[in-house]
Amino acid sequence: MAADRTLNAPTGVAADRTASAPTSLTQATGAPRGTVGESAPRPDGTLKVTGEFAYSSDLWHEDMLWGFTLRSPHAHAAIRSIDTAAALALPGVYAVMTHDDLPAGTHYGLEIRDQPVLAKDRVRYHGEPVAIVAADHPETARRAAARIAVEYEELPLVVGEATATAPDAPLLHPGRRDHHASHVPHPNIVHRQPIRRGDVPAARARADVVVRRDYEVGMQDQAFLGPESGLAVPAEDGGVDLYIATQWLHVDRDQLAPVLGLPADKVRLTLSGVGGAFGAREDLSMQAHACLLALRTGRPVKIVYNRYESFFGHVHRHPAKLTYEHGAARDGTLLYVQCRIVLDGGAYASSSPAVVGNAASLSIGPYVVENVDVEAVALYSNNPPCGAMRGFGAVQACFAYEAQMDAVAAELGLDPVEFRQRNAMSQGATMPTGQVVDSPAPVAELLRRVKALPMPPERAWETAGGPVDVRALPGGLSNTTHGEAVVRGVGYAVGIKNVGFSEGFDDYSTARIRLEVIGGEPVALVHTAMAEVGQGGVTVHTQIARTELGVDRVTLHPADTRVGSAGSTSASRQTYMTGGAVKHACEAVRAEVLRRGRERFGASHPGWAEPERLRLADGKVVTDGGEVIGDLAGILGDGAIDLEREFRHRPTEPFDLRTGQGFGHVQYSFCAHRAVVEVDTELGLVKVVELAAAQDVGKAINPLSVVGQIHGGSTQGLGLAVMEEIVVSADGARVRNPSFTDYLIPTILDTPAMPVEVLELADDHAPYGLRGVGEAPTLSSTPAVVAAIRAATGFPLRRVPVRPEHLTQLTHLTHPAGG
Amino acid sequence: MRVNMTVNGRPYEADDVWEGESLLYVLRERLGLPGSKNACEQGECGSCTVRLDGVPVCACLVAAGQAEGREVVTVEGLADHARQRSVTRAAEAAGAVRPAEPEADQPGEPEADPSTGPGPSRPGQVVGAPLAPVQQAFIDAGAVQCGFCTPGLLVAADELLERNPEPSDADIREALSGNLCRCTGYEKILDAVRLAAARTGEGA
Repeated sequence: MAADRTLNAPTGVAADRTASAPTSLTQATGAPRGTVGESAPRPDGTLKVTGEFAYSSDLWHEDMLWGFTLRSPHAHAAIRSIDTAAALALPGVYAVMTHDDLPAGTHYGLEIRDQPVLAKDRVRYHGEPVAIVAADHPETARRAAARIAVEYEELPLVVGEATATAPDAPLLHPGRRDHHASHVPHPNIVHRQPIRRGDVPAARARADVVVRRDYEVGMQDQAFLGPESGLAVPAEDGGVDLYIATQWLHVDRDQLAPVLGLPADKVRLTLSGVGGAFGAREDLSMQAHACLLALRTGRPVKIVYNRYESFFGHVHRHPAKLTYEHGAARDGTLLYVQCRIVLDGGAYASSSPAVVGNAASLSIGPYVVENVDVEAVALYSNNPPCGAMRGFGAVQACFAYEAQMDAVAAELGLDPVEFRQRNAMSQGATMPTGQVVDSPAPVAELLRRVKALPMPPERAWETAGGPVDVRALPGGLSNTTHGEAVVRGVGYAVGIKNVGFSEGFDDYSTARIRLEVIGGEPVALVHTAMAEVGQGGVTVHTQIARTELGVDRVTLHPADTRVGSAGSTSASRQTYMTGGAVKHACEAVRAEVLRRGRERFGASHPGWAEPERLRLADGKVVTDGGEVIGDLAGILGDGAIDLEREFRHRPTEPFDLRTGQGFGHVQYSFCAHRAVVEVDTELGLVKVVELAAAQDVGKAINPLSVVGQIHGGSTQGLGLAVMEEIVVSADGARVRNPSFTDYLIPTILDTPAMPVEVLELADDHAPYGLRGVGEAPTLSSTPAVVAAIRAATGFPLRRVPVRPEHLTQLTHLTHPAGG
Repeated sequence: MRVNMTVNGRPYEADDVWEGESLLYVLRERLGLPGSKNACEQGECGSCTVRLDGVPVCACLVAAGQAEGREVVTVEGLADHARQRSVTRAAEAAGAVRPAEPEADQPGEPEADPSTGPGPSRPGQVVGAPLAPVQQAFIDAGAVQCGFCTPGLLVAADELLERNPEPSDADIREALSGNLCRCTGYEKILDAVRLAAARTGEGA
């Protein structure tokens, strides 16, 4: 018998537990710890280390069924027939559904509703959902799905720009009528964004040095560890309650309700424990399928992907082909950049349009260049759908422009760091979009800091008098070298990432704060719909509430759709946006506390008349002179204050569709890396010895978490540099490595020491001056590692991930397009 | 089939187990112990790491029937496991010390206080539910982000510290190389294991 731990379980951040941990901390140490700027412990930390934290795959319900998805074995095929009779006949099977069984809406999508809930008469990528099954055991559901007979007729493939835009190319979405359809040059192009500024031909005529090269970035997977999963429970009112791991509850709901044929208020979502996201949970995966099966059977339905299915269950980072031309004067001044970025969006739009906007607007990096000619496009193809992943279009560009910066510096005979610093942007600089950067942009300083760090010791594998420690060598315990042919290289890179949603999107977040007295002590309850995916937003919310309300005890309400939208946990935006909303709502609560205090006690002290000079601290109302004039418990009495507020960042505007000009981004963040690698040049094996980072974070709300974000982002960039790629077969557009055996992510042995320098230069537009942290470190890590490998080996390395065959002059034998 | 096993010191019985079910599935879905995680179910990520008769294994690669009659320790039982170990070691140390006092400072023998886990002043601790040193260290060092890899890493790290109380960084990396983490870049996990080793060495 399974223990009954389900419908409470999704409230993983259980209110009383979460509050008790930080509170006991404060009482025990005698010193307040847990306000803004301190490394407060995670409120969910104890639950996570004891195994009690309920992730979306841990849920259980009496009478629940298991859902399973039948997926297309072909990347492009017409569906001639589907026969579900044999599946339905299997004992233990409760429902089988195909496109014909959908009760209402048939498509969903983040920006363009072009993705079928279940394929109708055509599949467009390998792994596309075709039918769903509910059964009383996961193995029964799997066997039933295998009994569904689908007759396919394979169609010609669209796999790259040449086949996508050929005159007779099959159209992925014939007759499309979305808002980009009218301005794209071909219906198989999702979106196109040019950016034009200055006069590139004139600048080219003046250039002393011109470097033009092609680059390629492979398809990276987010590879979060907690698989797509959730539990849908049919409700008595005809609606459904979904306990789910996602990045944005409200946009999931808004896509689900039309598919289920329900009003939005009957589709109630509660965030379950989320095992990482990195962009892969922005799109729907099993949400609609679980809800459809639950409503069809009248039973709770749980769906949990395994790792194989997870590789088909979410979008990936766009693979990209990039062509860059940089021109510079002999004195080291960049004169122009011309580039073209082709992103393969795969079968459905997902967030491709926004990725195009980012790739274009951030395409030249954190440099001042007066003459710019940029074009970025995303293709529709029969490759796996691509969308959001940490770095979101800026990663691909950064790999190319930083390789170019090294190449131009080499042509000029300049030190690559010095050349970057000479052209680095700073506050007041103008972007290629015409936007003036109006907060600190310490690009040159970040480079200076990583360069000034001490170098890791040479030949660390040598031990005093003993045998070599092969663990410190490329190849590690495979014992492939004892130091022979091992060469060290050092590389640098810096990148620029936007923070928050851009291009005129109405980006906001909501927080509800309840302040009341419980057991004689004031307690703040924070309720938001923010998806905590591991980043530590929950910790930040407790810190902000403590800081703004002067209370010790803060309780976190489970995130759900009963409160207003928090926006997405993406674009490095949640500390800025939902943190900002919590701050904003706390300020409103504080004003109400002071109003009530003035009403009741105003006569007792003149300080009440000047609320702007009062603050809340340690449960008391304190003047700016430090005098205590009231206490929260006394002011509140039995009455709670309960207020909900929205927070918006300043508005942005769309990029002009011809020139790319516009105030498109709300904030920029910058990170620089220095990579030190050692390469076994005989075998092409790389060991990253150290990966140092320097990043400006505006204000470190939680320094420990900030460093954790920089470490994690740097490591994902390292993975893209040397190992991570979803390999799609050239002949069939089929995914060849959907497993952790074949898709490699860095282990603790692949990951080096990562010293981090954190700068805190306030952005006056942002709450506490903070700057979004999560994505910037993912950008420059990749080009820094590859630059270091180039320095060690001399190979040009214009494609990531770099593989051993690229470093051993055997490339032509295995990867015709590589190297 | 019916499967009997001891999990975290308690006898468990699971009925109607299909022969194809893994130990991980039975723990999570039949015994109500979902702490061990299902990140890959193919033995690559280590998030389902449990002790089977003391040996760390990927529970996803063990058929449930193979656990018949055996002892399993999961993350849910890690604090108890660590507490019992420290009691046993303290008793052994006390027994060993009396007859041979001059050799009391034997290398590698941790001085453990049997009565306490980490002290009450440690941040994040729930009063009345003491954690294993390695659990507390993961919280304090910032080694937990999404936390999905955490249960497996904790079981693996605790096993490392059990056999090697003072591991070098290379030892830690080697011992944890079968556990994938996608959030932290492992730096804070290294910090946490170092911290747990140091605290245990101090008799904390």
